[in-house]
Amino acid sequence: MSMKSRLNTMRVAPYVFVAPFLVAFVCFYLYPIATTILMSFQNVVPGQTSFIGLTNYGNIINSDFWDALRVGLIYTVLTIAILVPVPIVFAVLLNSGSRRLNTVHRAMFFLPSLVSVVVAGTVFRLMFASTDKAVVNGVLKMVGINPVDWLLGGAAQAMFLMVFLATWRWLGVNLIYFISGLQAIPEELYEAAEIDGANPLQRFFRITLPLLKPTIVFVTTISIFGGFAMFEESYIFWQGLSPNNVGLTMVGLLYKRGFQQGDLGMASTYGLVLMIIVFTLSLAQLKLFGFFRKED
Amino acid sequence: MKKTLSMAWALALLPALAFAQAKTDLNLWTFNELHAQYYNSAVVAWNAANPTKQINLKAEVFPYDDMHNKLLIALQSGKGAPDIADIEISKFPNYLKGNIGLVPLDDLLNPIRKQFVQARLDIYGKDGKTYGICFHVGADVMYYNMDLMKAAGVDIDKIDTWDDWVKAGLAVKAKTGKPMTTIETTDQWSYWPLISQQKSDYTDKAGNVTIDNDINTKTLQFLHDLIYVQKIAVVAPGGFHHSEQYYGFMNDGGAATIWMPMWYMGRFTDYMPDLKGKMAIRPLPRWTKGGNRSAGMGGTGTAVTKQSKNVDLAKAFLVYAKGSKEGNIQIWKQLGFDPVRWDVWSDPAMNEPNKFTAFFQNPNIFQTLLQVKDEIVPVNVNERMVKVIDQIRAKTFVQVLGDNSKSAAVALKEAAAEAKK
Repeated sequence: MSMKSRLNTMRVAPYVFVAPFLVAFVCFYLYPIATTILMSFQNVVPGQTSFIGLTNYGNIINSDFWDALRVGLIYTVLTIAILVPVPIVFAVLLNSGSRRLNTVHRAMFFLPSLVSVVVAGTVFRLMFASTDKAVVNGVLKMVGINPVDWLLGGAAQAMFLMVFLATWRWLGVNLIYFISGLQAIPEELYEAAEIDGANPLQRFFRITLPLLKPTIVFVTTISIFGGFAMFEESYIFWQGLSPNNVGLTMVGLLYKRGFQQGDLGMASTYGLVLMIIVFTLSLAQLKLFGFFRKED
Repeated sequence: MKKTLSMAWALALLPALAFAQAKTDLNLWTFNELHAQYYNSAVVAWNAANPTKQINLKAEVFPYDDMHNKLLIALQSGKGAPDIADIEISKFPNYLKGNIGLVPLDDLLNPIRKQFVQARLDIYGKDGKTYGICFHVGADVMYYNMDLMKAAGVDIDKIDTWDDWVKAGLAVKAKTGKPMTTIETTDQWSYWPLISQQKSDYTDKAGNVTIDNDINTKTLQFLHDLIYVQKIAVVAPGGFHHSEQYYGFMNDGGAATIWMPMWYMGRFTDYMPDLKGKMAIRPLPRWTKGGNRSAGMGGTGTAVTKQSKNVDLAKAFLVYAKGSKEGNIQIWKQLGFDPVRWDVWSDPAMNEPNKFTAFFQNPNIFQTLLQVKDEIVPVNVNERMVKVIDQIRAKTFVQVLGDNSKSAAVALKEAAAEAKK
């Protein structure tokens, strides 16, 4: 059999087609994950890497870890609490009324997500600087409120900054998800409800929300991962060193141990811990939403 | 001799000499634009002095964190490192783990070792070998705002101990209403020199954590009391002495003094121009009679990597640029740093007017240094030190000095426990 005809057989061709994906998957996902697991059992030093059993796992719990976990958890909860309901409301508003105006508004909401985090973070840092000459404090001063030390003032201010930046950046993206979710809902349902005398509020809670559930589950899932994996925002605000760890996230901790302190073994362990946390929370969330229940 | 030296540097500034010699490429990484400029000028002088060993230096500047991470990965993976790299002192221990990727410089340093401030070589060493050469001593000094001193009737030459300094601070506060000083909460330059003065440190020589010992606890309590008991100090605006807010505050005469290393002079000339002619430099007050009046703080250990294809040439150039007498004079002239070779401090070249001598009231800045040259003890640089610094900068200072939520003893105990993990 010639090479060409061999490639054409039903038995071989599918593998050829999936090969590019497989190669990429093995090189860029499987291999790094396997190495990470391996390294989490090692003390990684140049030329003298050695297996140290579970030592890294024994060192997971320390005050930095609790700080990172707390910051990650609060940040994730807050971003979900804001970035799910708010975009839904905007999506419903933007899904009705003038088409042309809506396109303009959608673009406006989406624009921030095209800006790099580094650029946006730097601008935010300048806007929220603690002098009363900075934009935000300047405005506060004009309305008679004392300037706030946003970056160094404490945990609440720090969290506000991070959540605010996330809201600004991701509102538009989630908006697009919800608008496409809305557009999949058949118009007849609303017409039927209207004939039955349902008011707009009833229509929203009885039709829109239940039918948006798959989109809500999806957005919540990616937000859990995004929340715990947050790093750049905090890094740009505090350059990796925030007072009292107010901006330390799980990935921040991984970065600190791996690259700033040169302990890649410990960093790998934190990477796996992060994966386990996110995986557990996502599964719990999916179960809560009844994702695994069989459709009736 | 001096003439020929300066002539060598002057000659160097002439356009490339007519030697058709093939130049050897050397790559250098740094995190500081000024350092790169210095190396570029040094290589011109080197090429003028060594026609047979011409160097084509490519000095690249990266952001601080970026450069250190890249270098760490390059040395770890065995590929991609430059010939020469600047490594900041608090990162240096990361590069001395396992099979060290840097080359010992001892063969070239040994003949001139005696002319160096010994402490500044020790900090880049491991197992009796030296891997880096520093730019400066980083001698910690007290900068006094003389307008405020005059207003308070304080004679700074009568300040010998920290007690004297506190008394002067109370006078300044009473007469001018201004705080005597500012204290950092997110960086360590208010604290480290004071414990180093008392021969204490974050860790001991063997690398054991000592951050919670008595001297360290008392010293942190002292800083706390300056803010909350005597009320003659305030937290540095912006959290540290390199923030824009601090520069503005100090430039307006916000505080009467600041203790920082000699290399901080450049921040005055560049960021606090209104203080020109108003500042005077003196040694730090002592803690006890006969105690040390300074400490060596900060630093950049420049090293040659094992991956270099021209190790010998890279070493020779590095020692020339940072270890030679003429190199050290240029370091003062171009960068305003207090060079690591004390034999140049009394050199007439150091008294030539420049932007630093014009800025400060001291007739001879290096006289101050010569006074304290034997009063600087080395800091212990090791892996635990990196962890201690992370802890105290992220938490301890904020808790004790910033929001006054924990006592010095408790906060330092916690920091020690974390750093030992």
